Amino acid sequence: MTSTLGSDADREGSRAAEEGTGHDGAPQPHTIRLELADEPGELLAALEPISENGGNLLSIFHERGNVTPRGRIPVEVDIEATPDRFETIVAALRDAGVNVVQAGAEQYAEELVVVLVGDIVDSDLSDTLQRVEACPSASVADVSVNAPAGRGESASARLRLATRAGGGTEALTTVRELAAEKELHVIEPLAGGGV
Amino acid sequence: MTAGKRLAVLGAGAVGGAVVDLAAAYGHTVVAFADSASAVVDAGGIDADAAVDRKAAEGHVGDDDPEDVLHADYDVLVEATPTTLGDAEPGFSHLRTALERDRHVVLANKGPVAERYADVRELEHDSEGEVRFEAAVGGAIPIVSTVEDLGPSRVTAARGVLNGTANFILSRMAAEGIDYEHVLAEAQDLGVAEADPTFDVEGTDAALKCVILANVLAAGDREFTLSDADVEGITNVPGSALELAAEDGRTVRLVGEATREGIRVGPRLVPGNAALAVTGTRNIVQLETDYAGQLNLSGRGAGGEPTASAVLGDVGRLG
Repeated sequence: MTSTLGSDADREGSRAAEEGTGHDGAPQPHTIRLELADEPGELLAALEPISENGGNLLSIFHERGNVTPRGRIPVEVDIEATPDRFETIVAALRDAGVNVVQAGAEQYAEELVVVLVGDIVDSDLSDTLQRVEACPSASVADVSVNAPAGRGESASARLRLATRAGGGTEALTTVRELAAEKELHVIEPLAGGGV
Repeated sequence: MTAGKRLAVLGAGAVGGAVVDLAAAYGHTVVAFADSASAVVDAGGIDADAAVDRKAAEGHVGDDDPEDVLHADYDVLVEATPTTLGDAEPGFSHLRTALERDRHVVLANKGPVAERYADVRELEHDSEGEVRFEAAVGGAIPIVSTVEDLGPSRVTAARGVLNGTANFILSRMAAEGIDYEHVLAEAQDLGVAEADPTFDVEGTDAALKCVILANVLAAGDREFTLSDADVEGITNVPGSALELAAEDGRTVRLVGEATREGIRVGPRLVPGNAALAVTGTRNIVQLETDYAGQLNLSGRGAGGEPTASAVLGDVGRLG
């Protein structure tokens, strides 16, 4: 494998990393998911910390028209960088105020399932979900609602949250606060490794 | 081999009655036995069958004064009167009287150690007698003695399903897809739930047990009472929540968690095949330990004979 960065040919060579042969220190492809405000210059500003820190841009997928619950534009960026540089790039993106939703394998490291109980429908479920999404350490991966008696009656919603490594506590705190405000009950998962 | 001890048993409910019934099998003699209104005292050993039968037939155990029991000539006072909230009376006064006479006390009653732990330990400190309370947490399951064997400082957390009534209701709701009220009525018909199930379904009973565990873990560094516990019961758990949990391979259990930092009790999602997903009236406690990893202790958390076995186990541990 070549360690030279830059040319398309070299890039193909280092793709060996994708096949599981990557070593520490060798450049590897990474996918970063960002959420950007729909304003001119946002994308360019987000790409600068990548190039400034030695990342090699492979592709940019700008999902215009696919707006997140927060009203932002999801952008998927494939880059190539050594593991060290990749960490520096992600840190630089966050320092620059860019909302990094997913960075390599780090995101979705943990899963958190909670069940909310109460008047799920009239307490505005979509607002609940949007506000969980707004928590920087969690993303709503799946929602299932069971409302046998309809509006105004007790119902349940199961939320599967993808959380950043170590972000479970923050996500749970957000859910608890929301539930308290909306007079919902939270059935939490066990804490502390109980099974 | 421990020499047989003379027991005074206060409380003639399922646990007190079973202690009187089983004492001889453990090599002990019951010299006094009382319910709230009557007593039987005999220094040579009471007729256990007669007293238990009389309680069942006539509603009282004998013709003596309950006060006489406290002053009888016994080695160990077994306190099995009902747990009360607040000042833990009359259990606490019974314990004090025994300790002031330098007698041992074995509690099945949770009150004194859940609500006045520091007072109990202080009285014990000033007495030749010892206080044990294995039966107060998880019935037959040897939780307190296991924590003592491991050393409280080497146990970082205890969590568990500690209330059979709440667990019976949740497991029936999940298995049959029926609602809380329906299952509660069934549990009351079966005698699993009390006519007034508040103490169980609101989480208070589980919380008292966790308070005791937290006190054991803290080993005197801090005293916990019910007011330190964050408690939520199961009355707000609808069938729809259990269905959603089941779709995801999970179930809901009323789980109590005790550490040296605090106590939490509430309905929790647990994997359906997890150790904590015990069904029916079974109890389980998980201990997180420094050097032994996770220990799971499971068994019958209530009932006359199982709980009496823990009481008599404590009697056997006394010097």
